[in-house]
Amino acid sequence: MTQIIDKQSKSALQEAFLRYFENSEKLKEPASSFLYELRKNAIHSFEQSGLPGHKHEEYKYTPITRALDKNFDSQDLSLEEVPNPDLLARIKPWLLTNIDANIVVFINGQFSQEHSKIVSSPQDMILKPLSQAFIENKELVEQHFAKQASIESDAFVALNTAFAQEGLFLHVPKGKVVDKPVLVYFINDTTQRRVIVQPRNLYLIGENSQVDLAESFYTVGENPGYQNIVSEIVVAQHAIANYYKIEIEGQQAYHTGTTQVQQAAQSLFNATTVSLSGAMVRNNLNIALDAEHCETHMFGLYMLDQHTHVDNHTIVDHRLPNSFSNELYKGIMDDHSRGVFNGKIYVRPGAQKTNAFQSNMNILLTDDASIDTKPQLEIWADDVKCSHGATTGQIDAEQLFYLRTRGLKKEQARAILLKAFADDVIQNIKVKPLREQLEHIIAARLEKNYQL
Amino acid sequence: MLTIKNLKARVEDKEILKGINLEVRAGEIHAIMGPNGSGKSTLASVLAGREDFEVTEGSVEFLGNDLLDMAPEDRAREGVFLAFQYPVEIPGVSTTNFLKTALNQIRQHRGQDPLDAVSFLKLMKEKMKLVEIDQSLINRSLNEGFSGGEKKRNEIFQLAMLEPKLAILDETDSGLDIDALRIVANGVNKLKTKDNATIVVTHYQRLLEYIIPDYVHVLYNGRIVKSGTKELALELEEKGYDWIKDTTATTV
Ligand SMILES: Nc1ncnc2c1ncn2[C@@H]1O[C@H](COP(=O)(O)OP(=O)(O)OP(=O)(O)O)[C@@H](O)[C@H]1O
Ligand SMILES: [Mg+2]
Repeated sequence: MTQIIDKQSKSALQEAFLRYFENSEKLKEPASSFLYELRKNAIHSFEQSGLPGHKHEEYKYTPITRALDKNFDSQDLSLEEVPNPDLLARIKPWLLTNIDANIVVFINGQFSQEHSKIVSSPQDMILKPLSQAFIENKELVEQHFAKQASIESDAFVALNTAFAQEGLFLHVPKGKVVDKPVLVYFINDTTQRRVIVQPRNLYLIGENSQVDLAESFYTVGENPGYQNIVSEIVVAQHAIANYYKIEIEGQQAYHTGTTQVQQAAQSLFNATTVSLSGAMVRNNLNIALDAEHCETHMFGLYMLDQHTHVDNHTIVDHRLPNSFSNELYKGIMDDHSRGVFNGKIYVRPGAQKTNAFQSNMNILLTDDASIDTKPQLEIWADDVKCSHGATTGQIDAEQLFYLRTRGLKKEQARAILLKAFADDVIQNIKVKPLREQLEHIIAARLEKNYQL
Repeated sequence: MLTIKNLKARVEDKEILKGINLEVRAGEIHAIMGPNGSGKSTLASVLAGREDFEVTEGSVEFLGNDLLDMAPEDRAREGVFLAFQYPVEIPGVSTTNFLKTALNQIRQHRGQDPLDAVSFLKLMKEKMKLVEIDQSLINRSLNEGFSGGEKKRNEIFQLAMLEPKLAILDETDSGLDIDALRIVANGVNKLKTKDNATIVVTHYQRLLEYIIPDYVHVLYNGRIVKSGTKELALELEEKGYDWIKDTTATTV
């Protein structure tokens, strides 16, 4: 078979990754042959697929490969750490350190003991760097690692699988209800140089257990930073997992991420994804309902300004009967920002009595802002209830007029309406300090934009 | 207080107000009646500043200022209040959410100090009692799932809170049961002073038994075709609008 390769669209960064892998001793360490086998397959798959070009169906609205090629090169792949004494002061406003929660901090991909704080006991929950879990919890890790996130389905998952070295391992044992949330911070410090990191997380939520888990992404510094992350979440029978992904990124922050979820019978999974800033962000949230009577809620808010580009792709895959999924993603696009939403619902042939709902609502605040939205329902079963809808518009003129007749300035009325629109998603965040932090940031943004 | 002269307004190509003349003085209550589609709500909207309507001719003076020149919020701050015929639903925004900001903006405009949270709550309690409205209602998303009567009562509650100089009530009585009607009318009467004025738009003489108007006007096809005292309302109730339509047809 001859492969036709379009010379011009070939990514330099892609070549750099391949070369780096070839020459890296570290990635070939036989410490775990299990891991090396995975890496080899992953890099092979990555070589086959390459980074997605602008013709790629799943990436046609998000030219991430072009953006990465423009901002990064081969030098950025090897990181030697430059200590940054100012870092703590700069990340402090973001970290919710003064609450009763487990705080786990990764800086430029490395676990930071110094900034982390584990308050739950090891009986209630195992929380440790993945590299450590590979040694200490070998059996459990090998049973689940890279089983869900498919290297064939997405080049960035393959890339991450080939390169990943660190991340968070979380295991909530059977029957444990963890009352202290887990807040994981992935911080890129680009003050001295460009940074590329590929965190990899594995979260195992045991039978009948419950946990709140938030991943937050921040960039400190003016140089470009890129995080390519994969999180795999296994939700066992009767378990409840509340998952949050929060992106309040720098203007030079690039992000591709896949959260891969597998739900067992009677489990409940709630996801809330909030993206407030960054250069270009792509979130994949893929949920496989692999059993009956699963319940899933997916909420998303992308509130964008300047040139921020945020793309949310979600898949909920109903494989067996009697499950319920509900999805609500809302977007507010200001300035030149751009939103992309693609929501797929699959209902497999046997998955009778599925209830699946999806809604995507967008407000465009300027003529230069845009949204590409595409709901996709693929239903192979006949006894199901499914619906989807997408709306795009401006702030409602009637509502605006009403508030103004009560004496509110136009700007104030707009801010109130936008806040209410966003609140619909934000109020689903069950970790109160996290919710309040976001409310605060959103209020401050509105105040600034509307000079209140 | 309010002087409307030869006011003409249209939406798209359709002329709806075709030369309204009306003078409202402080302390007065005016009732505007008229068949469906005659332009009553349009007049109310134009006074409140809705931008969908284009004023093509005429003038409106309010307390010596050109009302038509002002943004809706400035009209509100100057003392114009519209109780909507069909108040809009605003998901996620409750009356309490916006009313404190609204009230303090208006107070600031009048040169009064803003109310702190405690005094605001106290004022709310007092006005809630006046219009007999429940706390739970004003904490809910505005008008979302409100019954017809609850919507109207919420409008009157806001009126009571903001204490305007000119209140325009657009069919506030429709959808109210007899008890609610009495409460609303009672609220309006209690708020009445020699310095403020009210325009009530209504189809029913019933309301005017509680809120006794000084003048009654009949709006028909974009014009005020007849004005009189409260007896005119009784006559309309009895005879309908046809006899007026007939008189206008002959005078045109
Ligand atoms: N935005 C609009 N676009 C087109 N026509 C409109 C618009 N608003 C009002 N109209 C028309 O203007 C006319 C007057 O409407 P208006 O609502 O003022 O009547 P009204 O006297 O309040 O009637 P009702 O007693 O039924 O409330 C109607 O024919 C209506 O259809
Ligand atoms: Mg009307």
